[in-house]
Amino acid sequence: MTSLALTTARRVPFWATVVLAALAWLVAWIINLPLANWIAYELLGLEQGSAVGDAVAFFLYDVPKVLLLLGGIVTVVSFLRSFVSPERVRRALAGRGVLPGTLAAAGFGTVTPFCSCSAVPLFIGFVEAGVPLGVTFAFLIASPMVNEIAIVLLWGLFGPLVALAYMAAGLTVAVVAGLVIGKLHLERYVEDYVWAIHSNGAPVIEMKLTIEGRIRDAWTSTRTLVWKVLPFVLVGIGIGAIIHGFVPTELVVSIGGSGNPLAVPALVLLGVPLYSNAAGTIPIIEVLIAKGLPMGSALAFMMAITALSLPEMVILRRVMKPQLIAVFAGIVAAGILFVGYLFNALYA
Amino acid sequence: MKKIEVLGTGCSNCIRLEKNTREAIAMAGIEAEITKVTDYGDIMSYGIMSTPGLVIDGKVVSYGRVPSAADIVPWLAE
Repeated sequence: MTSLALTTARRVPFWATVVLAALAWLVAWIINLPLANWIAYELLGLEQGSAVGDAVAFFLYDVPKVLLLLGGIVTVVSFLRSFVSPERVRRALAGRGVLPGTLAAAGFGTVTPFCSCSAVPLFIGFVEAGVPLGVTFAFLIASPMVNEIAIVLLWGLFGPLVALAYMAAGLTVAVVAGLVIGKLHLERYVEDYVWAIHSNGAPVIEMKLTIEGRIRDAWTSTRTLVWKVLPFVLVGIGIGAIIHGFVPTELVVSIGGSGNPLAVPALVLLGVPLYSNAAGTIPIIEVLIAKGLPMGSALAFMMAITALSLPEMVILRRVMKPQLIAVFAGIVAAGILFVGYLFNALYA
Repeated sequence: MKKIEVLGTGCSNCIRLEKNTREAIAMAGIEAEITKVTDYGDIMSYGIMSTPGLVIDGKVVSYGRVPSAADIVPWLAE
């Protein structure tokens, strides 16, 4: 694979490839809906308006759509994020006062790349650099939850208002949770060995990357990520297609609607064991909202999936005693519940 | 003989880094010994927080990303 890439680079200029890729993306985006409809209703001869016909057309349209959105967004965002790193953020946060530090941490959390496997080194690194516990948590909460993939997908599917509402709600939960956790002085519930770790205080070398290098990196990240989430997306869209074609609106509204006060907590609980993967859930949420699921319930569900991720909590168990994890999960869940009820009330 | 350490706890990114590193060693045609560092304390002693990390002869050459084999080859020459 490496030698192929080197050969291609010699034949086609890098920037020409970038421009061609962008154009191909645009063309695919434009022909997607007409093509899906044509295949479902003309080529396969399915009846428009029938449950099966609509489900199939939806599936054929949504899979390329989500993949294109995902691919485009992850590439652009990975490129932008290559300019920020947790190492730099740590330097910026150490030694700040609690309130400005918490606000800054939540803000930085949004733009910093976050990989679940980095959660532990990140936590240890922040804590032993003297970043207050609450501030560290604000970062840990904002980072997976206010995730740019989710925001841009929300923007693309529901418009800027919903996307910004999600972002504002997520940041608020992160900041409030961070402040509350800070006030509770839970340092004794951090695993003891963490305090004994001394990372090399010397400033880490700044990675020198060219623009071309960053674009190549972004493309590699995109390829890997899309490949990883593809099964989830297909399943998610499959479920969405079935709901789209077969589940009546009345059912969704009666179970998930504002008439049912248990809807929000149920959705938050449902989000916990699900893998924190926005890509697979957004198609389902898109369809549910089209079928009448209130915005608050949908947002709460998405936030629960990304912020209350069971896999991540298992990883954090390496550095936090169960009491701290419980407090962390409890406070974030409370925040998410509040956001869910609030938005349901606002949108009603 | 170059001493190379791959810092990471075993997620897919660290596995890819090790694979790219072995490829780079083969491309450069040099002798190198690869160690995987998976203990958090040891990883952090290098001063990085984002895995995976790559250390060549005690010097951190990359962190927070997965360089390709082509990226790694020039570092092996230094």
